[in-house]
Amino acid sequence: MPLQGTCREIGDVAIIDFSGKITLGEGSAMVRRMIRELVDKGHRKILFNLGDVDYIDSSGIGELVGAYTTVRGASGELKLVHLTRRVHDLMQITRLFTVFDVPADESTALRSFR
Amino acid sequence: MAATQRLEVTLETQLESVDLAENIVMRVAEAAGFGEDDIHKLGMAVREGVINAYNYGNCQDRRKKILLGVEFDPEKMVVHIIDEGRGFELTEVADPLAEENLLRTSGRGLFLMRAFTDEMTVQRGPHGGADLMMAKKLPHRVSGNGQSQSE
Repeated sequence: MPLQGTCREIGDVAIIDFSGKITLGEGSAMVRRMIRELVDKGHRKILFNLGDVDYIDSSGIGELVGAYTTVRGASGELKLVHLTRRVHDLMQITRLFTVFDVPADESTALRSFR
Repeated sequence: MAATQRLEVTLETQLESVDLAENIVMRVAEAAGFGEDDIHKLGMAVREGVINAYNYGNCQDRRKKILLGVEFDPEKMVVHIIDEGRGFELTEVADPLAEENLLRTSGRGLFLMRAFTDEMTVQRGPHGGADLMMAKKLPHRVSGNGQSQSE
């Protein structure tokens, strides 16, 4: 399924609910475009809900890392929540849990932004 | 001893070939009796191999081809992905797990190929490009006499 992303806001946190695959091509480009738009609009607290993302390849991982550095470069924070098992495993073997904050659930994530 | 079975597909250097190669290998792996997780891992390893050939080997040059080969021996399923680039050595590739590389946006494909298969090598292909070989042991089955055996 092609990647879809829907943005909502709770307080000053922008949440993107992704569903589908984050892979080379349109999926990766969409992540880049959405994060750029949010940062350009002044958002500095961003949460990716990956609960319906069942597949990420190395390009998708690269886009998540790129999103992280974009937000951090704007003095903001990007967190991930609701990783599926395969995405969790991928984050683990690539050591990206040492980079990303992945709170247990959305309400915990919302409270964890500074 | 059973004869080696082989499948070869010539892919265009285009984005669509990534999904195509992944789907072909997943279907072959399913037919070979691999479980769902191993099918996923083989598919993803091949996806990464074809992305590598598309981006770095053939540099997205549509005049060049990517050869996907799948073969079986009694112990394992072996996949070759051969491009028409300049080839490379695994020792030239940076470790994506090193602290200084964790924030790089690329360079994890070969690592994932190695993580998701039992063997991975890179050699020079027949035309000088990279010949990426990945192998995964075939799943064990229980024969009629109750003994475990490799397919």
